[in-house]
Amino acid sequence: MNTLQQVKTLVYKDIVLEWRSKYAINGILLYVVSTVFVCYQAFQSVDTLVWNALFWIIMLFASVNAISRSFVQESQNRQLYYYTLISPHAVILSKIIYNTLIMVLLSVIAYLAYSVTFNNPVGDPVLYATAVLLGSMSFASVFTMVSGISAKAGNNSTLMAILSFPVIIPLLIVLISLSQNALAGAPRVDSTNDIVVLLAINVITVTISLLLFPYLWRD
Amino acid sequence: MKKSWWKILGLVMVAISIIAGFLGPVPALFLLHETIRNVYFHVPMWSTMFVLYLISVIYSVRYLSKGRIQDDLMAVEAVNTGIVFCIIGLLTGMQWANITWGDFWPNDPKTNGSAIATLMYLAYVVLRNALEEEQKRAKISAVYNIFAFPIMIVLMYIMPKMTDSLHPGSGGNGTFGDLDMDNQMRPVFYTATIGWILLGFWICSLRYRVRLLENKRNIIE
Repeated sequence: MNTLQQVKTLVYKDIVLEWRSKYAINGILLYVVSTVFVCYQAFQSVDTLVWNALFWIIMLFASVNAISRSFVQESQNRQLYYYTLISPHAVILSKIIYNTLIMVLLSVIAYLAYSVTFNNPVGDPVLYATAVLLGSMSFASVFTMVSGISAKAGNNSTLMAILSFPVIIPLLIVLISLSQNALAGAPRVDSTNDIVVLLAINVITVTISLLLFPYLWRD
Repeated sequence: MKKSWWKILGLVMVAISIIAGFLGPVPALFLLHETIRNVYFHVPMWSTMFVLYLISVIYSVRYLSKGRIQDDLMAVEAVNTGIVFCIIGLLTGMQWANITWGDFWPNDPKTNGSAIATLMYLAYVVLRNALEEEQKRAKISAVYNIFAFPIMIVLMYIMPKMTDSLHPGSGGNGTFGDLDMDNQMRPVFYTATIGWILLGFWICSLRYRVRLLENKRNIIE
C-alpha cells in the first residue's frame, strides 16, 4: 500500500472506531454546549469584541480536550502492530486529517450553539465561517503533534496545556484579527493577508510534524 | 591560553562596551535622551538568546540524527542559558519601557511575543522534568525543541512586523539603526553584541561541561 491509501484506511478506521463507541464525540459536544451555557449564564449579553474573544477561548479549550485524546487510545501493542505495517507519515497525517474532521464538526456545533444563546452580530458570515474552518484546521495540525509529544510523556493534561498554549498563541492572534474583520464586515481584501499567514503557518506545522513524527514514534 | 582567546576577547569586549556605553557620547534625542545607552545592554541580550536557542536547535537536530547523549546535554544547557538571557532582556526592556513609553508592560506585540516565547521554552524545561528515562527524555524534548523554534521566530520576529508595534523596526517604524543611532554609537553597539554572545556561549559551555562530568559520574556508579 502506498502512503495515501494507508492514510485513507487509518482515517476510516478512526471514524469507524469512534462511530462504534460514540463516547469521545458525544462527550466533547456536550462539553462545548455546556461551556457555552456557562458563559451565557455568566455574561448574559456581550459586545462584539468580547463575543469574538469568548468564542475563540471556548474553541481553544474544547479543542485541547478533544485532541489530547488522539494518541491515548492507541495502545503500546497496537503501535507496535502499526510499526510493522505502515509508515509513520501515514500515522501522523491520518491523525491530523481525522482531528481536522472532528474539529470542523465541533466548531460548527459550537458556532450554532453560541449564535443561538448569544445573539449573532457577525457582519460577514461567509468570512467568519472561513475563519472558523481555518481555525479548526490550525488547531488540529498544531495540537496533533503536541498531543503526540505529551502522550509519550505519560499523557497528563497539564503537560498538554503548557506545551500547546504558547505554540497556539500566534495562530490565535491571527485568527482573532481575521474574525474581528469578519464581525465588522470589513472589505474582504483586508483579510487576505491574515488568511495567507494562517495557511502558511499550517503548511509549516504539518511539514515539521511529518519530519519529526518518525523520531517521536520509534521507541 | 591558545583555546581561551575567545573567552578573554568576550570579557574585554563586554568591559569596553560597559565603559564606553556609560561614558561615550550619545546623540540628544527627543524622549530617549540618555536612555538610548540601554541599547548597548537590552539588544545584545536578545541577540545572545537567539544565538543560544539556535545552537540548541542545531544540537537537537544532531541528537536526532546521531543519537549521542552529549548533543542532548548541549541542547538543554543552551536553552537554560538562553532563558536567563531572555529574562534579563525582558527586565532591561521593562525598565526602558517605563521611562520612554510610560509603562512597565506596554501592550506591544514584540514584548508579548517574547514573553510567550519564554513560556514555550519554560515548557520545554518542564517537559524534560516530566520524563524519567534518559533516552526518551532526550528524544522527545529534542522533537519539541525543533517544533518550538520556528514558532519562536514567528512570535518574536514576524508577528511584530505585521502589526503596530512600539519597537523600532516593526509595524512600519524605521529600524533603530536608521533613525536613532549615530556613527559614534555603532562600534560600541557591535562590540557589546559580539561580546555578550561570546560570554553567553562561554557560560553555556561551562554548564555543558559540568553536566557532562555529572553524567559521567552517574554512569560509573
